[in-house]
Amino acid sequence: MLYAMLCYDSEDVVCAWSQEKNDAVMADLGAVQQRLAAQGRLGPVARLMPTTAATTIRKGREAMVIDGPFAETKEQLLGFFIVDCASLDEAIETAKELGDACGSGGSFEVRPVMLFNPVAPTL
Amino acid sequence: MTDRAWIDAALTAARPQAVSALLRYFRDLDAAEEAFQDACLRALRTWPENGPPRDPVAWLIFVGRNAAFDARRRVSRQAPMPDEELISDREDAEAAMVERLDDADYRDGVLRLLFICCHPDLPAPQQIALALRIVSGLTVAEIARAFLVGESAMEQRITRAKAKVAAADVPFEAPGPVERAERLGAVLLMIYLLFNEGYSASSGEAPLRAPLCEEAIRLGRLLLRLFPAEPEAMGLVALMLLQHARAAARFDEAGEIVLLDQQDRTRWNGPLISEGINLIGKAVRHRRPGPYQAQAAIAATHARAVRAEDTDWAEIDLLYGLLERLQPSPVVTLNRAVAVSKLKGPRAALEMIAPLEERLAGYFYFFGVKGALHMELGEEAPAREAFGRAIALARTAAEAAHIRSHLDRLQGAEERRA
Repeated sequence: MLYAMLCYDSEDVVCAWSQEKNDAVMADLGAVQQRLAAQGRLGPVARLMPTTAATTIRKGREAMVIDGPFAETKEQLLGFFIVDCASLDEAIETAKELGDACGSGGSFEVRPVMLFNPVAPTL
Repeated sequence: MTDRAWIDAALTAARPQAVSALLRYFRDLDAAEEAFQDACLRALRTWPENGPPRDPVAWLIFVGRNAAFDARRRVSRQAPMPDEELISDREDAEAAMVERLDDADYRDGVLRLLFICCHPDLPAPQQIALALRIVSGLTVAEIARAFLVGESAMEQRITRAKAKVAAADVPFEAPGPVERAERLGAVLLMIYLLFNEGYSASSGEAPLRAPLCEEAIRLGRLLLRLFPAEPEAMGLVALMLLQHARAAARFDEAGEIVLLDQQDRTRWNGPLISEGINLIGKAVRHRRPGPYQAQAAIAATHARAVRAEDTDWAEIDLLYGLLERLQPSPVVTLNRAVAVSKLKGPRAALEMIAPLEERLAGYFYFFGVKGALHMELGEEAPAREAFGRAIALARTAAEAAHIRSHLDRLQGAEERRA
């Protein structure tokens, strides 16, 4: 069974990290990832940009574009897509297409990826 | 187990919100700072043992407020202080406080705290120093180091600024939309000045002053999280990210300035650039252009060019035209002239800047640009004259050295001919 491990933390605190602290955390995480990759268990890994870079598309007949991250508590995270887009406008259009295909309500949060390691070849 | 680096980062992150809430409570800046300081000391004692609270900001506000009460009680009745172990993050009182302080309160509180530092009677350096002390929580020694002045001079500067701010009365009521927009504009400008204070450093000073740029970016992001739909806030953060992304390429090993078209673009910070480009894309969708957005869009156009010769100068010319309309200034026209020289040649650019000379007679870059344009046309005498005036106006050794390297090239060309 594949499991998605979703990382939650206080962005205020992470933004206040010194470069050294950030590098140390990334190195520690890197060590765990290497172990998982060696065991052939690691899929794609992504670090997202801060929520200030996020845009949310509220699904519906007239999709609504809202600045900022998804902030409702009535809906839950059910899945995600990683799509290569030339611009934010294209990303928003793509999210709308995906939203139309889902049909139901809910939202897509569009957040640029800061760091991406594609799937380890052994998986 | 909570490590010290995490606690320090958490306290720094919580400071703007916690101090602004305490200020709202005590209506006195010194009292609010003192209460926050007390709360931090308690956090350093109890968090390593008990682990961090679920909501550090609420914990600090709650504990800070109580510590201030205790201090007053101690003065009046010499009663013993309660054990801080008893203050747990699961207490109902704290949860109630979190509920009372909703996002809108935090938002206007933090904006107010930043706005206090932007008092119009305070010269820009004092505004920035005050914000670094009050909002960012840097020590006087750290601020003095970044401003390259002595600690006692900085202490005086901050004390004087605080006195002026205390005398001014910024109302505590939630601001109306017009007032909020005005406050936001003043605060954005102060953050921009803070960034420039760090960015305009010469190479020797750059390592000392880079933290100013990072702090400006942190405050900008904080503001953007509080006001997520403000295109000019997006523009400012995008501009700072895009400028800061080039930091490593701006000076060579000898400490000399490397101009944009000469920079090693592989040394630019890719993630910061993509974040900046994304943010300006977000801002533009609002169709409410402003000076920060225009400048960020110019920086983004430069950042998109893999090589200097790929730069889309027509786009940059257009964007400077927009900036001239939004914020007319001879400096903007001077910058536009550089784009024009790439599009239509140095002669057209010289014609464009000729009317600016009177107003920019004391401006280093004007004569630097003028000299470079004449040099491109092979007009040595006027080039030499302009460079001479630029050197006289240089503010840093690196600026003067940069112009001297142009003069050396002119000299070299002359000698080769002779």
